[in-house]
Amino acid sequence: MSLILFIEQILNGVQFGVMLFLMAAGLTLIFGVMGLINLAHGSLYMIGAFAAASVAGLTGSFGLALIASLAAAAAAGALIELTVIRRLYDRDHLDQVLATFALILIFSEGTRWAFGSFPLFLEIPPYLSGPVTLPGGIEYPLYRLAIIGVGLLVAAGLFALIARTRIGIQIRAGESDREMIAALGINISALYTTVFALGAALAGLAGALIGAIQSVQVGMGEPVLILAFVVIVIGGIGSIKGALVGALLVGLTDTLGRVLLPAVFSQFMAPQAASSVGASLASMSIYILMAGVLVMRPSGLFGKA
Amino acid sequence: MRREPLLNATVFLGLLAVPLWAWAVDEPFTITLATRVAILALAGVGLNLALGLGGLVSLGHAVFFGIGGYAMGILASHAQSYSALIEWPVLIEGTKSMPVIWLVAMGASGLAALAIGALSLRTSGVYFIMITLAFGQMFYYFAIGWPAYGGEDGLSIYVRNGFPGLNTLDPIQFFAICYVILGLALWVFSRLACSAFGLALGAARQNAERVMAVGIAPYRLRLVAFTLSGVITGLAGALFADLNRFVSPVMFSWQTSGEIMVFVILGGVARLFGPVIGAVVFIFLEHMLGGLSEYWHIYLGAVLLVVVLFARGGIIGLVAGRERRHD
Repeated sequence: MSLILFIEQILNGVQFGVMLFLMAAGLTLIFGVMGLINLAHGSLYMIGAFAAASVAGLTGSFGLALIASLAAAAAAGALIELTVIRRLYDRDHLDQVLATFALILIFSEGTRWAFGSFPLFLEIPPYLSGPVTLPGGIEYPLYRLAIIGVGLLVAAGLFALIARTRIGIQIRAGESDREMIAALGINISALYTTVFALGAALAGLAGALIGAIQSVQVGMGEPVLILAFVVIVIGGIGSIKGALVGALLVGLTDTLGRVLLPAVFSQFMAPQAASSVGASLASMSIYILMAGVLVMRPSGLFGKA
Repeated sequence: MRREPLLNATVFLGLLAVPLWAWAVDEPFTITLATRVAILALAGVGLNLALGLGGLVSLGHAVFFGIGGYAMGILASHAQSYSALIEWPVLIEGTKSMPVIWLVAMGASGLAALAIGALSLRTSGVYFIMITLAFGQMFYYFAIGWPAYGGEDGLSIYVRNGFPGLNTLDPIQFFAICYVILGLALWVFSRLACSAFGLALGAARQNAERVMAVGIAPYRLRLVAFTLSGVITGLAGALFADLNRFVSPVMFSWQTSGEIMVFVILGGVARLFGPVIGAVVFIFLEHMLGGLSEYWHIYLGAVLLVVVLFARGGIIGLVAGRERRHD
């Protein structure tokens, strides 16, 4: 395999990882602050993608589409937090899983009802399409590079928000002692709604950005949701840093595994068998990675033991 | 509490009476619906063992359902094409015999449950939910990516597998097989729940520290419960594949895991007949709402939300009252 192809694949892995981080960051924040497991996070991703695709279809502006995805997902997030999710904070995980599973059913079928079963398409804007030449003569799609940039920017912003701002202090305090910060006069239910809407907006943004590469369709969120779960299990639940490291690990393992494993097997197997065995194993590689991390550290790389 | 045994008996006899009536008036579709209920209830009984008695919120029980299904699909497809499963080191051929398929399905899903449980039970709480979900997804993608047995398209079996002395193609006879197995599984569940093992398992769910303090290792209890639970769900998977004469990766999907969990919750967690009542209601809703609207999952979601938010303890909890607190 040539070096250029290898570097391209590494970039693809980073791009995938950065998108997973946007999903995983919201999930891990919501779990860290409210102790809630939210299966409906994938639906918020889908809502972001659908909002972006419809606004882009109406106005033709990609920038407006991104803003719409953030707004729609945040609004949907705030709405379900106010109506359903807030009744679940005191419940056990089983009730949380079921209620958010019910929300997935409602959102997925509702979207199918409103938009139909056919996928929508979100065009990459002209100023972001086409390849760009990187140092070393590597040609790489500009849009994917932009995704990496946006993702890293959001990650930096999130770290700054949590480390430097007043709301960040409240979030960190909420993670360590919920009753105490309520006793200190912080409006805890407003804080919960804000955190939930923030996580939802990040998921919506990820959905819109990925929607321009893949098709926008019902059920697009759940595979990503499950990968985001793998990410936060690897990184440690509640840790933003863990989510970033876990997301990059998962993104790189998945992308490189798909390219490298069939090549490795073709060294000592017939090409056809090698590609099928390699592909099957590659699709399992991130779960094997997760199992390996768990054997060594049951609460994840950055989790509190 | 006295209302619960009455409810259980009504449901169990009702599940027998409806197909018998359908048989008398020649409505094979209703018999097939009742068979579906019995099989899905069996899968739920399996999950209820882990979820209800053990408190293990597994979102990956589709793995065992799917392994059971594929055990049937692989064995029967080899028997169908007269090709050997493995020729070396020993010759293993496919089979069309249900009892053999059941044993293989239970063995394979039990082994998988042992392996997945051994890894997942090192964690608890949310980690456990996410990890079982992730393992389910791993099997799902594996089944899609493995072209030897149909890949994404799945496997069709042309003739239902045989059971000695019965004609399994006759809907009522196949229903009888599933009904008897469901009855046996319920009996095993009720015996387990009041055995020393079941009591220790329930104690470990309520307070693991105290259980450890009296010298019982919760990890081993839970691993045994998880494995048994996988075995039962695997058997249900083999029966489900035989009902449809078709297996596909959908059996492994996370929606399947979610639906099995919905049966248990809708009926009532940890109640003996929870999964049975849940499966009856689920299939009834699917049939009724599915006829009303193509988008019946919206209503299912709404029903589920209401049950979770307002009717804790499921349908049995509503009818027979909350379970007595033991602590």
